[in-house]
Amino acid sequence: MSEDIARMGQCKGPNRLLDHLRRAWGPFLFMAPATILVLIFFLAPVIIIIGISLTNMSSATGFKNWAWIGLQNYGKIFRNPKSGTIFRNTVFYVLVTLSLFNVGMALVVALLTTHVPRRGGFLFRSLWLLPRITPSVVYIMMWNYIAADAPYGILNRHLLTPLGVKPTNWVPAQPWAFVILTNGFIGASFGMIIFSSAIESIPRDYMIAALVDGCSLWQRIRYVILPMIRWPLLFVTTYQTLSLLTSFEYILLLTDGQFNTEVWSLWAYHRALNNYWGNFQWGFGAALATILVIVGIVMAVVYMRYFQFTELVQEPRIEAL
Amino acid sequence: MIVKLEHVTKKFGDVVAVDDINLETRDGEFVALLGPSGCGKTTTLLMIAGIYRPTEGVIRFGGRVVNRVPPKDRNIGMVFQSYALYPHMTVLENLTFPMRLKKVPRTEMLQRAQQVADMMGIGHLLDRKPGQLSGGQQQRVALGRALVKQPDVLLFDEPLSNLDARLRLSMRAEIKRLQLDLGITSIYVTHDQVEAMTMAERIAVIRDGQLQAFCPPNELYDQPRTLFVASFIGNPPMNFLEVEVVADGDAFKARCPEIEIPVSAERGRAAAGRGKVVMGVRPEDIYLTRDGIAGEVYVVEPLGRDDLVDVRVGDVHFKTLVDPGLGLKIGDQVRFGIRPERVQFFDPRTEHSLLWN
Repeated sequence: MSEDIARMGQCKGPNRLLDHLRRAWGPFLFMAPATILVLIFFLAPVIIIIGISLTNMSSATGFKNWAWIGLQNYGKIFRNPKSGTIFRNTVFYVLVTLSLFNVGMALVVALLTTHVPRRGGFLFRSLWLLPRITPSVVYIMMWNYIAADAPYGILNRHLLTPLGVKPTNWVPAQPWAFVILTNGFIGASFGMIIFSSAIESIPRDYMIAALVDGCSLWQRIRYVILPMIRWPLLFVTTYQTLSLLTSFEYILLLTDGQFNTEVWSLWAYHRALNNYWGNFQWGFGAALATILVIVGIVMAVVYMRYFQFTELVQEPRIEAL
Repeated sequence: MIVKLEHVTKKFGDVVAVDDINLETRDGEFVALLGPSGCGKTTTLLMIAGIYRPTEGVIRFGGRVVNRVPPKDRNIGMVFQSYALYPHMTVLENLTFPMRLKKVPRTEMLQRAQQVADMMGIGHLLDRKPGQLSGGQQQRVALGRALVKQPDVLLFDEPLSNLDARLRLSMRAEIKRLQLDLGITSIYVTHDQVEAMTMAERIAVIRDGQLQAFCPPNELYDQPRTLFVASFIGNPPMNFLEVEVVADGDAFKARCPEIEIPVSAERGRAAAGRGKVVMGVRPEDIYLTRDGIAGEVYVVEPLGRDDLVDVRVGDVHFKTLVDPGLGLKIGDQVRFGIRPERVQFFDPRTEHSLLWN
């Protein structure tokens, strides 16, 4: 009898180990494709960029004659007289675009389109998505046409001259206004979609309860809707901060950094990949990009801590009686 | 507060959700709106709450026409099936929220909240969030939030449907008692006939947007005015069979091909000579007897206190409640009688009662 048990135990040992391995491998295999993609396309570039930022690689050295230069690129950034201005530009651009458009106007549009008849709201939101699916170059050309100097330009010819405003070349006159408008109108559509779906998924009973409890429209937004879409609000804020920090295509197309609208990511692009003198400073550009990555990570961590993301995504409690 | 609906109709596009309903509560009355889902009872409630505006007709609160009065100016309290407690507010904040909006002074606000919390037995939960409460506790808070405004009218939208059976029973009694003590006119929407029967002073039965009956529970049960009311009220439900009522001297008989059932003259007279009519018999009005209609036990469903027995006579089935002590089994031959003074008759075409109109 005891012998039998002993033999069974022996048999079971290796089997159980195999079982265990098989079970442990299952999840890894399922996650493997995504993990590999993330490693190759997200993690590897970051490491490569950090590596390049420690070299003097440029179109002068080519890919062969470069050398490791430690943190010299970073020293150059901190000593560069332009970096202070560009940093302030970036903060200004991100803050204003984020608060006025990517979150602010997104919220306003979402609230408006969820409080009008459904079909109208849907149509309006669809229209608002058009710029996002328009090629960037076409979109900025449209803005150029809107803002062009007299005798051209929709603003000058059709909107402001009849009001008696003196025609001017609007982009150089108000560069930041146009940089923020062009980015904001597109950026707002992301938050708009997320907010309006969040608002529409608030159970109807809450809306009725709020009305019965005596809320005005504004009070219902303030005390019921906003607290209930806190999670999408924080998500959009975080996501769009990071996205704005690294976005530069519309600025590139609209002003190319002229009129003091150079932001950090555009600076990196100019230095590393496109400049008038033709010396592409890949090492220096990579250092600029690395700083952006670090700022982004710090911001993400701060948001997560400050907004207590873990608490927000807490699992729902099972209804007990 | 007397709530009165005069010819109230609500249409959503082409769909008629509520069709010409007339209804008047008494002051402090507990009225149930009863009907299957989608019958228009919640739409009716939401019109009384002021969420929907009637397409036609007039709603009055104590004589005042409120059709265009927004919900916040109607002084109503409402309790929902989903509780609808604001998840980001504590119990205290939930309770005081309506008063905060009305700018009630802080000390009075806290005092009233405390008073309601004590009444509802949730005084110890004031600093918790709804997510930390059980369903029953949440429903108490929801009820407290409705009461704290000292409303003129209380509206309930299936408030007990999310609770488990035992809790539902105790909350049922509690709400009934509370309503009686406070004397606030209450309108209670439910699809559960037991809830409506046990709690309400009068029940409005609604079907396809139309008011089928509006009367006290026992009248609804004993004198159903339509076939729908007869079939909807009562558990187990009424038996129906198509018969022809004929006079046999002073006696009346209901006949269908294989059975002949004696009925009381008073009831039989109303149905006699009308050709085919629908006869309704409640299960408890069927009793086993030595000399009666012969049938065979088709199904036995033990309910504990009684057995629900399905007796087959030819193609006709009768459900009846039987003492489980008899130990009836499938296939047993039985004989049964029907209380002649308890049968109901309906016109098969109009579905109206032949007795109670």
